[in-house]
Amino acid sequence: MSVAPIEIERTESAEEVSAVVEPDVPWVTLVHNDPVNLMSYVTYVFQSYFGYSKDKAHKLMLDVHNKGRAVVSSGTREEMERDVQAMHGYGLWATLSQDRF
Amino acid sequence: MAGRFDTLPGGGAAVALDDVEISILRSLAVQLMELIGPGDEPAEDADPLAALFAEGPSKPPSDPALKRLFPDAYGDDSEELRAAASDFRRYTENDLRARKREDALVVVRALDALSAEAAGEGGAVLKLTADESRAWLGALNDLRLTIGTRLEVTDEEGEQLYRLPDSDPRKPMVMAYLWLGALQESLIEALMS
Repeated sequence: MSVAPIEIERTESAEEVSAVVEPDVPWVTLVHNDPVNLMSYVTYVFQSYFGYSKDKAHKLMLDVHNKGRAVVSSGTREEMERDVQAMHGYGLWATLSQDRF
Repeated sequence: MAGRFDTLPGGGAAVALDDVEISILRSLAVQLMELIGPGDEPAEDADPLAALFAEGPSKPPSDPALKRLFPDAYGDDSEELRAAASDFRRYTENDLRARKREDALVVVRALDALSAEAAGEGGAVLKLTADESRAWLGALNDLRLTIGTRLEVTDEEGEQLYRLPDSDPRKPMVMAYLWLGALQESLIEALMS
C-alpha cells in the first residue's frame, strides 16, 4: 500500500527526525473504518482533537471511509500512543504503528 | 421520536424529549454503565495509594461490544506488537473505562433532573452546557457502538437491517439504533455550528 505523505500541523518533530542522518522511521496513528461511527462524528473528532481544518478533517474521514484506514498523525511513539488513547476515548478504532508502507 | 438538538448560546445544546424518550435513553445509559462495569477500583478501606499503581487488564475483553469500546492499540501481526498492545491496555484501559462511565453518568443525571421537570407535562426541554454536550456526544457514540456490535451492523448489510419486518426480534433495537444516530447527528451539527 502506498500512502502519500500527509501534511501534519505538528511538523516540528517530524522535521527534526528527517534532519538526522539516519532517521528513525516515525510512528503513525491509523484510524480504521468501521460501519457504526457517523461520518460527521469522525470529521468532528479530527477537527476537535487534532485541530485540523474542516476541509482536511473531511478529507481524512473520506480516506478512512474509502480506503479502510488513514494516517491521521505522525510523531514519536509516545505521541502516537497519546493520540491512539484519545481516539479510543472518542470511540474511533485506531492503532499506532511504525510504518514503512 | 423526532427530537433534534439545537444550538444554545455559549456552546451548549438543547433538545425536546418526551417521557418515553427520556425513559428509553436512561435505560440504555444505565445498561451501558453496567456493561462497562465498576472497573478495578480498590475497596474503600484499601490503601488509597494502591489505586495509583493499580494495573488494568492485559487482555482484550471477550465481549465483542466491550472489545469494540476498548480495542487493541497495536496490530496483531507479531508477538512484539501483541505484547505492546497488552502493555498499553494495562496502563490505559481503566482510565478509559472510568471516562466512558462518567459520560454515561452525565446522561443519567441530566435525564433524572429532566424527568422531574417532565412529570405531568408529557415531556420537557433538555438543556446541556458545552461540557455536558461533549459527554452526551461520547455516551451516544458508545451506545451506538455497543448496539451496532450487538446487531452486527456492517456497511453491506446495513440497509437490509433497516427493513426488518415488525415481527423480527431485532426490530426494537434497530429502531433505537437509528434514533440514537439521528440524535447524535443533530448534536454534532449543533456543536459545530
